[in-house]
Amino acid sequence: MRTPAAFEASGKKPRDASKFALRFWAIRHSRGMERLYDRVEKILIGLAPLMRKIGWERLEAPVALVEKAVKSTLFDCKMCGQCTLSSTGMSCPMNCPKGLRNGPCGGVRQDGHCEVYAEMPCVWVKAWEGSRAMAEGETIRNVQTPIDHRLKGRSSWLAVARDKSDEGARP
Amino acid sequence: MNFRPHPDDIGENPWDPLPDLAGHTSRGRLERVLRRGEFAVTAELNPPDSADAEDVYDRVKVFEGWVDGVNATDGSGANCHMSSIAICALLTRAGFSPILQISCRDTNRIGIQGNVLGASALGVNNILCLTGDGVQTGDHPEAKPVFDLDSTSLLATIRRMRDDRQFLSGRKITTPPRVFIGAAENPFVPPYDFRPVRLAKKVAAGAQFCQTQYCYDIPRLKQFMTMARDLGITEKCFILVGVGPIASAKTARWMRSNVPGVHIPDAIIDRLDKAEKPKLEGKKLCIELIQQIREIEGVSGIHMMAYRQEEAVAEMVRDSGVLKDRKPWSRDLQHTAFNLQERVESNLDKTTHQTIE
Repeated sequence: MRTPAAFEASGKKPRDASKFALRFWAIRHSRGMERLYDRVEKILIGLAPLMRKIGWERLEAPVALVEKAVKSTLFDCKMCGQCTLSSTGMSCPMNCPKGLRNGPCGGVRQDGHCEVYAEMPCVWVKAWEGSRAMAEGETIRNVQTPIDHRLKGRSSWLAVARDKSDEGARP
Repeated sequence: MNFRPHPDDIGENPWDPLPDLAGHTSRGRLERVLRRGEFAVTAELNPPDSADAEDVYDRVKVFEGWVDGVNATDGSGANCHMSSIAICALLTRAGFSPILQISCRDTNRIGIQGNVLGASALGVNNILCLTGDGVQTGDHPEAKPVFDLDSTSLLATIRRMRDDRQFLSGRKITTPPRVFIGAAENPFVPPYDFRPVRLAKKVAAGAQFCQTQYCYDIPRLKQFMTMARDLGITEKCFILVGVGPIASAKTARWMRSNVPGVHIPDAIIDRLDKAEKPKLEGKKLCIELIQQIREIEGVSGIHMMAYRQEEAVAEMVRDSGVLKDRKPWSRDLQHTAFNLQERVESNLDKTTHQTIE
């Protein structure tokens, strides 16, 4: 029997490579996901003036709820609140047990599986594969800043809409 | 034979930082040896499970005069030992050139940045930035893993502290830590094409030298180095390839399945299996690997990880001939009248007095 790591949520096992998981499907279709994301982003930016009127903070909880439902189904998203999927081949780096956001650790097994979870393919092996199919895949070479733990659970969609439109700067 | 250390490598006292040298970020010997274009040798010290400073001095003696830097591991394999920062501080007192290892597993960004300042104040000139092995591999699998930063953002953090005189928060640092910053890379595990790219990211984040995982697969290393040269990494970063002797085929099999990230091809295990004296064969193999590694374009040195065979490092370095006629720093070269025992005792006295007061 496999001993779960101390930080693992009880009763929840990591994704097994042999079982169907949308996460691996999404990575295989990273180019399509990238297109979908571009479209969603444009819509969100277009909606920014409306969202400002409603109030960013008022929208936070419901949007985060929807975002969590969609992204945890598709990517096993962990709601870090600072989504970097487009720079990681649509493979969510927060599924790495070390939470690495800049590339794989040195412990990857010869079969490309995770050092911690032998049954799970390394998140970054998958990220590299996913990035090769994407138009903007080379952004995987960008150095990511350390994570801001205060943003955990917050919506990155709203943050993007706010930052990329000029609505964020307005009072 | 040149048995005098290079004039740039001598300070007033062995334990003082070296005088400033243009184009150098640190005041340590390792950076100077590498920038002069010498083939550098570093070695890994097996940290003691004790609170005795003499254990550290005993363990480092076997490397003296044979290596340009001594790595003090930081809870490697997620096992608890004397801390890297303490070992480095003890080593600087005797004049050695230690390499502080910082793993992101055990400390968050507040602790790490404090340690970087403290280490530099204690005379540590080299820092190796690591992610760290997962807690599941070590003797405390029930521990909470931190992983607040990752190795790449750790590099960027230390470079910011040194060059921009700022903490991550933006607060000012009055005297920055003058350190030579290093990264680790493992060219021998997947995703192979990503490995050089990842090292390029680390170089962009601030890595000036790189120490690799154990190399037992020369063709794989050559592929990696070709890609690294194409990315222009070898011009900005000194690459030291990890090597180490394996005592037997059994050890090799154990390492392969129990130490994360160690790749040993079957051919190597076969060779050890067939050898009459496997331990001797392991050393011969290591020397052969060193000689092949030296010939690869862009390799700046080797990093010896001779776990539980530390006493064999000097012999293997000598027999491989990588130092040519160079003799790395040792205390008797700097001070002919230097007495190790005296120094150790006076250090211990100081420590004891401080504790009593």
